[in-house]
Amino acid sequence: MGKARSAGARRKAPGIPVGARGGRARPNPNPFEVKINRQKFQVLGRKTRHDVGLPGVSRARAIQKRTQTLLKEYKERDKSNVFTDKRFGEYNSNISPEEKMMKRFALEQQRQHEKKSIYNLNEDEELTHYGQSLADIEKHNDIVDSDSDADEPGTLSAELTAAHFGGGGGLLHKKTSQQEGEEGEKPKSRKALIEELIAKSKQEKRERQAQREDALELTEKLDQDWKEIQTLLAHKTPKSENRDKKEKPKPDAYDMMVRELGFEMKAQPSNRMKTEEELAKEEQERLRSLEAERLRRMLGKDDENSRRPSHMSADDLSDGFILGEDDRRLLSYKDGKMNVEEEQSREASDGESEEEEGEDSGEEDPEESDDPDGHSDLESDGESEEGSGTPEKERRHAPGKRLTSDGQKAREAARTELPYTFVAPESFEELKSLLSGKSIEEQLLVVERIQKCNHPSLAVGNKAKLEKLFGFLLEYVGDLATNDPPDLRVIDKLVVQLYNLCQMFPESASDSIKFVLRDAMHEMEGMIETKGRAAFPGLDVCPVRCLQDVVKGLFVCCVFLDYVSLSQRFIPELINFLLGILYIATPNKQNQGYTLVHPFRAFGKNSELLLVSDEEDMATWQRKSLSLHWASGLKAQTKTEANHTRLSCLAVCLALVKRCVLMYGVLPSFHDITRPLRALLTEHLADCSHPRELQELCQSILTEMENQKHHCQPLICEKSKPVPLKLFTPRLVKVLEFGRKQGSSKEEQERKRLIHKHKREFKGAVREIRKDNQFLARMQLSEIMERDAERKRKVKQLFNSLATQEGEWKALKRKKFKK
Amino acid sequence: MERDPGPGGARRALGRLLEAVLASRGEANAVFDILAVLQSEDQEEIQEAVRACSRLFGALLERGELFVGQLPPEETVMAGSQGATRKYKMWMRHRYHSCCNCLGELLAHPSFQVKELALGTLMKFVQLEGAHPLEKPKWEGNYLFPRPLFKMVVEGLLSLEEDRSLLLSQFREYLEHDDIRYHTMQAASDVVARVANGHPEVSWLGPVSGGGQWACGVLVLRQRLWQVPLIFCNNAFMLLSAVSLPRQESDISSFYVRRTELLDKWKVTHLKEHRRAFQLMWLGFLKHKLPLSICKKVLVIMHDSILPHLAQPSLMIDFLTRAYDIGGAISLLALNGLFILIHKHNLEYPDFYRKLYGLLDPSVFHVKYRARFFHLADLFLSSSHLPAYLVAAFAKRLSRLALTAPPEALLMVLPFICNLLRRHPACRVLVHRPGGPELDADPYDPGEEDPAKSRALESSLWELQALQRHYHPEVSKAASVINQVLSVPEVSLAPLLELTAFEVFERDLKKGPESVPLEFIPARGLLGRRDDLCAQHFTLS
Repeated sequence: MGKARSAGARRKAPGIPVGARGGRARPNPNPFEVKINRQKFQVLGRKTRHDVGLPGVSRARAIQKRTQTLLKEYKERDKSNVFTDKRFGEYNSNISPEEKMMKRFALEQQRQHEKKSIYNLNEDEELTHYGQSLADIEKHNDIVDSDSDADEPGTLSAELTAAHFGGGGGLLHKKTSQQEGEEGEKPKSRKALIEELIAKSKQEKRERQAQREDALELTEKLDQDWKEIQTLLAHKTPKSENRDKKEKPKPDAYDMMVRELGFEMKAQPSNRMKTEEELAKEEQERLRSLEAERLRRMLGKDDENSRRPSHMSADDLSDGFILGEDDRRLLSYKDGKMNVEEEQSREASDGESEEEEGEDSGEEDPEESDDPDGHSDLESDGESEEGSGTPEKERRHAPGKRLTSDGQKAREAARTELPYTFVAPESFEELKSLLSGKSIEEQLLVVERIQKCNHPSLAVGNKAKLEKLFGFLLEYVGDLATNDPPDLRVIDKLVVQLYNLCQMFPESASDSIKFVLRDAMHEMEGMIETKGRAAFPGLDVCPVRCLQDVVKGLFVCCVFLDYVSLSQRFIPELINFLLGILYIATPNKQNQGYTLVHPFRAFGKNSELLLVSDEEDMATWQRKSLSLHWASGLKAQTKTEANHTRLSCLAVCLALVKRCVLMYGVLPSFHDITRPLRALLTEHLADCSHPRELQELCQSILTEMENQKHHCQPLICEKSKPVPLKLFTPRLVKVLEFGRKQGSSKEEQERKRLIHKHKREFKGAVREIRKDNQFLARMQLSEIMERDAERKRKVKQLFNSLATQEGEWKALKRKKFKK
Repeated sequence: MERDPGPGGARRALGRLLEAVLASRGEANAVFDILAVLQSEDQEEIQEAVRACSRLFGALLERGELFVGQLPPEETVMAGSQGATRKYKMWMRHRYHSCCNCLGELLAHPSFQVKELALGTLMKFVQLEGAHPLEKPKWEGNYLFPRPLFKMVVEGLLSLEEDRSLLLSQFREYLEHDDIRYHTMQAASDVVARVANGHPEVSWLGPVSGGGQWACGVLVLRQRLWQVPLIFCNNAFMLLSAVSLPRQESDISSFYVRRTELLDKWKVTHLKEHRRAFQLMWLGFLKHKLPLSICKKVLVIMHDSILPHLAQPSLMIDFLTRAYDIGGAISLLALNGLFILIHKHNLEYPDFYRKLYGLLDPSVFHVKYRARFFHLADLFLSSSHLPAYLVAAFAKRLSRLALTAPPEALLMVLPFICNLLRRHPACRVLVHRPGGPELDADPYDPGEEDPAKSRALESSLWELQALQRHYHPEVSKAASVINQVLSVPEVSLAPLLELTAFEVFERDLKKGPESVPLEFIPARGLLGRRDDLCAQHFTLS
């Protein structure tokens, strides 16, 4: 701003009298031009921008601006011709000025050339360099041998280069000035100049060479001297190369130590620990190779070269036979005959064949469905069977019968042996078909191998596959559990696998478990709504109606207690259930001191479910673990058995009660919780009909209960922090703009600010327009006045001339008259 | 009458007979043939006959061919020396009567279609007879309604032997008409009174000794034989509960029997009369001994659809107090009605809180009406004028019961107790007693029936402290509230009242994905490790 103003001032300086203009520029403005806006109050920290105004200055500036813009427009309002600047690249800022000049020059040359060439055929334009004709320069082509100066190839003498290429402006100037200096006596010719230069440089070179030779000589001499001195100094090997060695003093103990430590045997890098992935890969590799061998054995391709694998599969026939050489020829014979053969050969030895066959057939399905290799095996089996028609007889009478049968056996073993690699099942049905019909160990092995073959580190999709496998396994376990009788042993083993999978993928495992739980819950909800009872209800949902329900409930209690054994959580339902069980083991009576809760009724059909009245059964009872099969609806064969089970249930119940008592002893209202239990236990004791063991158990529980202290410390709330007093700190509000527009939200303030700004700008614009109009009107007026004045002047002139004419004419006339 | 095989034949034959009777009076004797078919064995034939009767007598009623006025017995009609037309009309009126009787008997027919058809026909007769009354109006604008016929219908509906709920639900649509409803109420009270009086009345069983033991009460009640048969009670309840009065007088405008004009002096046009009839009917029904299941049903609808319509609701107090004294679920239900009487009708009920206190026993968390009970209990205990000992006794009792409650109930009852403490700052000593002496035993006496003597104020809520170790984290959190000073605003119970175990379960399942905690000890099998409880007590084989 200031710059512009000063520029304007400078521009104005010569013509227009400075007057108002120079006001700001002068350090002491004219006090009559300064208008001061007086402030009523001083506000600390407020920046006052408009305290001093220069109305005259600003008006002058505005007028000037208008004359430059508005007036110009006004004057040119009726003109339609436009000035176009056709200079090349004048307004193109992308091109650098040099380039621009070059182009312009080229264009100009072109234009000239074209114009001339029509008529001037031979005329070449003269090329110049620094104003000297290039042709002129080329005429004295002196060759300076610059390559002789090998030491400093880059540094040709500046004068030389200048002379050759003209570059280096400064030099040239120097030279010219030099020339100017010499100009007086004698201007040297160019040729002489060059020669002089050459001579100079040659001399320099020679000098340098001489210097170098001197230096060499000197060093040699120095070496010689040194050698002599050296021999004098130390009476040791006069070798100059290992000087420092000579100089080294005898190492002291510390240095020795350091060296020793430095050279001490460091821990050798051993083979690094294998990562899980690598282990998995190795495992898979191993299984694959085993599988390949199994296939070979099954097909009978095993030859003497193939060593027997060190691995023994779980169901390998460990009869220790070694495949003989003859096998190879005979191995093309196939099952159809083989079975007969086998029966013959095994007549006495082992009765396993039947079993194995059963397994075999069971195994074929999964192979067919899952394993492409297995499929091809079967096909090839079929082919070879067809082709075995003729050698069959031969083999019948073959002398090496024993061997043959051994070979058959091997194949049989390989067949029954499980495949080593498995494709992860994609659906539950697939898994089921993989597992069904196999023994426990085999099922386990299959699952294990599936896991190993599809370890997540081996391939990308394996994680998802195994996650799915967890769900399928879970479903499979559920299936097994609903069987009649449930396959508890398999489940028992599979639980371990489930655990492993669960450890690998906690999230997905928890998801699938949740899914199963939700399903079960919905099913139960529906069952309870329709039938009023469910298959495996919670402890407090359905009435206990039979021994099965009792066993189920007790099992759930066990699991529950196991789970809270560490956290020692309180489970009201469990206490209620145990109370109910104790109750149904006593004869009904009107009792006080305890109340039964929901699933149990004080009276009714099942209120004496666990009561044993048979003295003999009572006496013969032995304590033993309950079978889980009871939970799945096992029926007692005899009355005695049922009674024994009842007593076992009671025993389990008492044991659980004891556990609860020990666990909940620390709870504050322990005695209120266990009061009903205690009442019932005393009843049990009073009954005296129970076996000795149970009575002792009861007694011990009761004493345990007695031993628990009463914890009746009055409750006290934790002290909470006192609420702090109200403080009178001022509220801080961000001030966006001074004035009345405060205390609203930020958006509102912003909006108001904008409105205000718009209004102000609008007013300003209106004012500007008005001033423009005034200015224009003034201009027009002055124009008209000028025109009028001009006209007046002209009219006057006319009148003047007319008057003179008239005067002259009259004078002439008068003359005539006079004449 | 010729018997053509098949229903088509029967229909044709009946149609012919019908035409004949309607065409000329000379053929009137064919009516006997039609009526005879009503007693047929074949269901189809009966239906045809009912339809024929409907058309026949409908036409006759509209034509006015039935005798109007007091009907002399049939013998005197035949012997008398009136004109032939009059004789014919009287005779026909007798046939009409026998037809109605037959239809009434058909209401007990085993086939539902027949029953439905018979009911429809009877109601049609009621409508026609109302429009063309068979008795002479005693004065100008006398309101006439075929009461005997309608009473027969109601009697047929309230069977003693058979559950007529299907038929009753059919009948329900007639009850939308105001006149039908009014006369139904009258007829039903008559029928109920007659049935109950047929069986000698025995005084209502008093409250069972021992208060809280409602299970015993139920048992004792069941052992006695019910004087009013259960099936009849069921039917009656069906019918009675189907009656719902309009709220405003102006709503009485729809009449089943079409009237040219409604006179203001007719009782049937006044809601007050309706209410009176309604009250008579219910009181008449409820004063008899009823099975517990019916009692429950009545109590469930009591506050909503019975009490607001009674002319004098306070008369229901007898029934409600008797029900309240039974104990158990019935008491819980009676509470609602009692509350309305106490709240809106200024009823004084001595020892109300004592009895409410007595109602609290462990089963209260397991009954179906838990939500309703706690809603009401919350209302009763919301008064700030209750003495501190009473509120303390309730809080202590509830927390004692909470020791046996399922989690979904705990999630409701724990805030309930805390709300009690919030309302009554005097009871805060239950959770905050600084400097109190250490006690050997809980001073609270759970066996005491009088809350004033239970010494609850001297005790502390140790039960809640025990529940802080509950296995369900939400419960544990709710119980831990007492560790701090209770916040001022009360917790709203409304969303917690209806909580079920399934909802709690779903909520837990839906909890967002958090890190899955894993068992770190490797599993050994289904029963866990060797020293686990399961493995100790169970075997796989």
